[in-house]
Amino acid sequence: MQHFAGYFVSAWGAIPAWVQYLLFTLGKILAIAVPVILSVAYLTYAERKVIGYMQSRIGPNRVGFRGLLQPFADVIKLMMKEVVFPANANRYLFFIAPVLSMMPAIAAWVVVPFFPNGSAANVNAGLLLILALTSLGIYGIIISGWASNSKYAFLGAMRSAAQMVAYEIAMGFAIVGVLMAAQTLNLGQIIQHQSGAFWHWYFIPLAPLVVVYFVSAVAETNRLPFDVAEGESEIVAGFHVEYSGMAFAVFFLAEYANMILVSALASIMFFGGWLSPFEGIPYIGAPSAGWLFLKIGILLFLMLWFRATFPRYRYDQIMRLGWKVFIPVTLVWIFVEGAFLIVHLPPWFS
Amino acid sequence: MSPGAITYQALFYLFAAGIVFSGLRVITARNPVHSALFLVLALVNAAILWVQMGAEFLGIILVLVYVGAVMVMFLFVVMMLDINAATMRKGMTRYAPLGLIISGLIAAEIGWALWGHYLGIANTPHTAVAPAGISNTEELGRALYTHYIYVFEIAAVILLLGIISAIVLTLRWRPNTRRQDINQQLRVHKTSDHMRLVDLRDNSRGRKES
Repeated sequence: MQHFAGYFVSAWGAIPAWVQYLLFTLGKILAIAVPVILSVAYLTYAERKVIGYMQSRIGPNRVGFRGLLQPFADVIKLMMKEVVFPANANRYLFFIAPVLSMMPAIAAWVVVPFFPNGSAANVNAGLLLILALTSLGIYGIIISGWASNSKYAFLGAMRSAAQMVAYEIAMGFAIVGVLMAAQTLNLGQIIQHQSGAFWHWYFIPLAPLVVVYFVSAVAETNRLPFDVAEGESEIVAGFHVEYSGMAFAVFFLAEYANMILVSALASIMFFGGWLSPFEGIPYIGAPSAGWLFLKIGILLFLMLWFRATFPRYRYDQIMRLGWKVFIPVTLVWIFVEGAFLIVHLPPWFS
Repeated sequence: MSPGAITYQALFYLFAAGIVFSGLRVITARNPVHSALFLVLALVNAAILWVQMGAEFLGIILVLVYVGAVMVMFLFVVMMLDINAATMRKGMTRYAPLGLIISGLIAAEIGWALWGHYLGIANTPHTAVAPAGISNTEELGRALYTHYIYVFEIAAVILLLGIISAIVLTLRWRPNTRRQDINQQLRVHKTSDHMRLVDLRDNSRGRKES
């Protein structure tokens, strides 16, 4: 064993430095992307279980112990299915659309810090990078709707485009509030500025922005009650109505990866990321990735709970909420926060 | 050259070629939707070049504003309108001379700027490199809100003017349409707010029960 490890180390040393760097970066990417995809698989399972119990059902329980292998069964089933190209669909765009919706949902994780100094890339403008990448996700939806050459898909794409543009503005303003408070765009530093026990986190001084951000995030990910882009009762399945097999699964994956991403961002910006709520107490007060995962889990549970609770919004009400309620709320609160900053309100802005 | 510098150069030429290629496809693609998508590709390539040169804030903002918002709206309109490419190409020969003059002017301006660069600026050492630890975003903010505050404010007012005039131009009040007043809808609490109970006589007498 010793001999084998020594051989490995010398082999690693023999590789040129830039190849080492390349392999190391590749390893980091895999170390993030693979767990994200696995948690997407189990998020679908959790969703079916949680909503099942909320509706007095059991949910999936056939495949594996208590249905724990259900996500894999689903993936294998979808992989076996044929991917049908509709006649008169635009072939290249039809094929590229699921990739375009998946790419930003995974790529944005590169700047997310999982523990102190624990992000794949410590980018100064990390928050903006995430915002820019997630705004690209909309192209997957628009292109899929247009390239399918189907009226339902097209209607779904149009709805989703208008909705995402509307809520992106409110979401951007909520993020402006965070970066005013933290004075930085670096996600790790945003967390460090919130250090202290849980009353130092930004969710207290920025309470209206938390609500705006999280509801906008639900709208951005096209989740219920804002899922008019899919709207089964009117337009069948919206933008992905023509997709089958693995192409459909990729859209599905992107939606759930985006859910996890927005929850992670909310817990980093407003709930202290990897900071412990009991800072100062020995052992449980130590910052760790576990706290981040716990916070993400709670927010994801909230999203599933929304789905089980609220009926779908009417489209004009969605637009009204985005433009006429959320944007004014955020604008007012940014001024209020400016006043907080001027008087150095403790404990957040002192 | 070190491998890092070679990679840097290779990536630069890759994305620069990407801009040129997608720029050409914007004007040669037959389908307007394809043109718009190639414009998106050109913008993304430009953003990558900016990030590569250290202007991370500008690169990300380019993606966020132009790719994430402006081009989405653009695509939205292009997809909704059924644009016939043939009728759009009709005036080609008429407008070609004007187009040539304008593109010649732009090419001349770029050439002039580059020529000046090669004659003078390239020989002086780079002085504008920000010291380590100061972020791009912060420096840009400082410049905008101190040196260029008046220009910045004037640009903001012009943009606001644009927003308001666009709204005013498209605003039409039609008196006879039934519009939904959501505030009124939300104010409904009791049954009597939105329902009128009518006492109906029993008219079924004498008819056969079905």
